[in-house]
Amino acid sequence: MSDVLDAYPQLLRGTWTTVQLTVYGAALALVPALVFGLAGTSRHTAVRALNRVYVEFFRGTATLVLMYWLFYALPLVGFRFTPVAAAVLSLGLNVGAYGAEVVRGAVNAVPRAQYEAAVALNFTPWQRMLRVTLPQAVALMLPPFGNLLIELMKGTALVSLITIGDLTFNAQRIRAATGETAATFLVILVVYFAIAQMLQLAVRYAERRVDRMLGRRPDRRAAAAASGAGAVKA
Amino acid sequence: MTWDWNYTGEILPDLLDGLRVTVLATVLGYLIALVLGLVWTLLRRTPSRAVNQAVRWVVEFIRSTPLLVQLFFIFYVLPSWGLTLGALTAGVIGLGLHYSTYTCEVYRAGIADVPRGQWEACVALNLPRRRAWQDVILPQAVRRVVPSLGNYLIAMFKDSPLLLAISVSELLGAAYRAGAETLRYLEPITVVGVLFVIVSVLSSIVVRRLERRYATY
Repeated sequence: MSDVLDAYPQLLRGTWTTVQLTVYGAALALVPALVFGLAGTSRHTAVRALNRVYVEFFRGTATLVLMYWLFYALPLVGFRFTPVAAAVLSLGLNVGAYGAEVVRGAVNAVPRAQYEAAVALNFTPWQRMLRVTLPQAVALMLPPFGNLLIELMKGTALVSLITIGDLTFNAQRIRAATGETAATFLVILVVYFAIAQMLQLAVRYAERRVDRMLGRRPDRRAAAAASGAGAVKA
Repeated sequence: MTWDWNYTGEILPDLLDGLRVTVLATVLGYLIALVLGLVWTLLRRTPSRAVNQAVRWVVEFIRSTPLLVQLFFIFYVLPSWGLTLGALTAGVIGLGLHYSTYTCEVYRAGIADVPRGQWEACVALNLPRRRAWQDVILPQAVRRVVPSLGNYLIAMFKDSPLLLAISVSELLGAAYRAGAETLRYLEPITVVGVLFVIVSVLSSIVVRRLERRYATY
């Protein structure tokens, strides 16, 4: 056990990489989640179809298959990605698809009367979205987003299979150097667990902030409906 | 480099072999997840606070740590404790154990969803606890959660490529090996990706059907 703990610089470096990948992946996932999620609430069939295609495709592929495809297959037709770019892209696009479903469910769950009131008050479409619909939808999005964030963090362990030095990758090296298999894996499992708990605390804090901003507790049933429509793995 | 259909045809039998292993691992793992998830849920409802809390934290721990590391743990650590498992067995156990923590949550929601009146009726009819669970509560709870359980079957199918990390020759592993022989990764990995999308989209249609069929509201 002490051998493993002596290798703490390596563990720390791996943890830092894991955290970075989680942050990059989440930042990237947010973009398609919002764009395609809002596309899914459009009244034009063609725009909604765009949402369906993106969601079904990226929710249907396995993250690891996508990662291997970007990393091993695409260079052969001339697109070369660095390992980190391939990892972040595949994680972000995959989680983004689940996120798009959450966004769509949350926006649709905002009561229709809110929209009608905004129209009656002569808000422009932008104002309706930014000042009325989205702030209320965000409160419904946060809990399922928290679950997705933890899924994403767990997904980053896959990057060790395409040679990125994350926590799992470093654990394999420590294991090879010390022969302490059980201790190494136990230590990193605990580190992953700790990261997950911290992410959960952060999301809870954000939920409370948003609730206070809106001056209310969100309707529990609507939140459940939004998460149920969204994530398979929520 | 262009797409080579001849080569695609050559590797297809290997890939289909891999698909067989993938499906086998998914189905066996899913059975474990279904049973073990129910065990977790029932254990969490026992009156003993110690059992309750212990199970709660174990489930939380398994759920918030990566499946890949758990697979490594089962495959590399258990042998040193005297329990040597084949790669496929270790993979099936890993998948089942990991997803049992999700199905546990699903069952819990399903049981919470059974109207209170059903419990009260059981008491009024003086049914033994065992019969109440077996014949009244669980059949209704499980019926409600069939679609969610179906979603986890799809999710698990998509996580099965992780088994290649512990040397199970499932679909992606077979593709990778085929590619490594000829240094042409494009065709095998693309075919795998397409197979995954086809299976996932088809099964999500089936799940949507189930949702409509078993809808209770």
